[in-house]
Amino acid sequence: MSNAAVTAATSSRAADAGKSALARLGEAVVGRLVIIIPYLWLVFFFLIPFVIVFKISLSQTAIAIPPYAPVLGFGDGLSGFFAQLKQLSIDNYTWLTQDALYINAYVTSVVVAAISTVLTLLVGYPIAYGMARAPAMLRPTLLMLVILPFWTSFLIRVYAWIGILKPEGLLNQLLLATGVISQPLIILNTYTAIFIGIVYSYLPFMVLPLYSALEKMDYSLIEAAKDLGCPPTSAFWKITFPLSLPGVIAGCLLVFIPAVGEFVIPDLLGGSQTLMIGKTLWNEFFANRDWPVSSAVAVILLLLLIVPIMLFQRAQARAQEQDK
Amino acid sequence: MNPTWSRFNITSIVLGFAFLYLPIVLLVVFSFNESKLVTVWGGFSTKWYVSLFHNQGLMDATWVTARVAVISATVATVLGTLAALTLTRYTRFKGRMLFSGMVFAPLVMPEVITGLSLLLLFVAVGLDRGFLTVTLAHITLTMCFVAVVVQSRLITFDRSLEEAAMDLGAPPVKTFFQITLPVIMPAIVSGWMLAFTLSLDDLVIASFTSGPGATTLPMKIYSQVRLGVTPEINAACTILIAVVTVGVIIASLANKRREVQRQRDEQAAQRG
Repeated sequence: MSNAAVTAATSSRAADAGKSALARLGEAVVGRLVIIIPYLWLVFFFLIPFVIVFKISLSQTAIAIPPYAPVLGFGDGLSGFFAQLKQLSIDNYTWLTQDALYINAYVTSVVVAAISTVLTLLVGYPIAYGMARAPAMLRPTLLMLVILPFWTSFLIRVYAWIGILKPEGLLNQLLLATGVISQPLIILNTYTAIFIGIVYSYLPFMVLPLYSALEKMDYSLIEAAKDLGCPPTSAFWKITFPLSLPGVIAGCLLVFIPAVGEFVIPDLLGGSQTLMIGKTLWNEFFANRDWPVSSAVAVILLLLLIVPIMLFQRAQARAQEQDK
Repeated sequence: MNPTWSRFNITSIVLGFAFLYLPIVLLVVFSFNESKLVTVWGGFSTKWYVSLFHNQGLMDATWVTARVAVISATVATVLGTLAALTLTRYTRFKGRMLFSGMVFAPLVMPEVITGLSLLLLFVAVGLDRGFLTVTLAHITLTMCFVAVVVQSRLITFDRSLEEAAMDLGAPPVKTFFQITLPVIMPAIVSGWMLAFTLSLDDLVIASFTSGPGATTLPMKIYSQVRLGVTPEINAACTILIAVVTVGVIIASLANKRREVQRQRDEQAAQRG
């Protein structure tokens, strides 16, 4: 237990001494409620839904409302439960492995997300570095300017790029007018457009953790290296970059994990020619109305992401420890 | 000038901000375009704003979205603050690992998974899809963001203030409302605003969990965007951007004034 916690515990014990048992009981109940209310909420609305997704991914598609054959209810007592247990099938999963479409979608999503994450890091690092070295007076304003686009709608920011990237769009108009190109570039409805969309939308998520890691850095280390004859590039790779590594890891995870399951960007900028798993899940659900298969798609996607999510959580916990 | 701020640093910041802001600026500019072609300038006009206000479907969706956002942000702020208190104050209880996992995972969870799983829950418990289900879904998502924002303030909170109050005989609940809450209030306010804009913004989770009669603005915008870019949508987006920008600026100014006031109080206390 930390020192602060010990002091807090002793002082609250001292304060408790003068109180009636009833008041203490009341406070204990309040203290419990602080934990119990959000806990139960998240168990009910976050944890249990995953159990249901898993359950339905094992059921059969049916033409009904809701469109799946019910499984694992306790309606018919324990014997009914066991009878239903036999009906569970992994058909949906076999289906996913047999159809190359799904495997392709998973692989493409991971590759696209990984490339986008690297690109976001390459774009975001110089920005965060410049912000961290800006005069202290300017830093809050710069920080605010990075956060502000995050407050404007994600959908709108993605939509704005359609007008820029389409064949008769603003980018092509500019490039044609300045004579850089003679034929309009086809960018919209390609993977390039998806990369641009992800880098653009997720840039603040990368810059913020990088900035907070770089801002804490002690620049006299760089100066010491310079005095000792270390060239700037190797000073960067030997000192700055390793020290900013926690920010790099947090930023990359914050971009990579949601990007794998991204729907809006591949749908609006990627068109029908590009394949990503978030879009596949959406189409299974809304166009094909196949709830069991979309559940199976979700389960596999979650399994793919479970390691990065746990890494993210560990990074969060470690950052929290350091702040204390 | 700061000697460490090199030309390279300044260039990367200028280019970075140009990249961040240019698309939004262009979108706003072309909402005032006379021509129906979104990317060809045909003169200044506000006619798309006028036609926007006559678009009943869009107006209904705006009203639904605003109500969902206010209700869900408010409930999420209460739940998120409780979750933040749990995370920072109760360091050891059974299932703490699970709890922090459930708070952090939704932050990065792909929205299609969250949306699908919540929908299947609502179907399983027999809740009709509509206004209520969207609101419940948004509470669940946004309370985690509130928890993170409030938690970061609680970590740096000087607990000796609370201890002093309790040593002077204030019961914990009263101490919370009179000492802790005012200090962490700025974080709670920005948590609420974050929850509000996230709810305003959400397309994927709303599409899964909403039903007939509860079409939200992003769903409406999305269905029109799929048919092509129109100046009317640009106008709707511009209004949304303006509302959010003004809100954020007001909030940050208020925050700054409170901060200045607090510093003045502290100085006065030291002198007195």
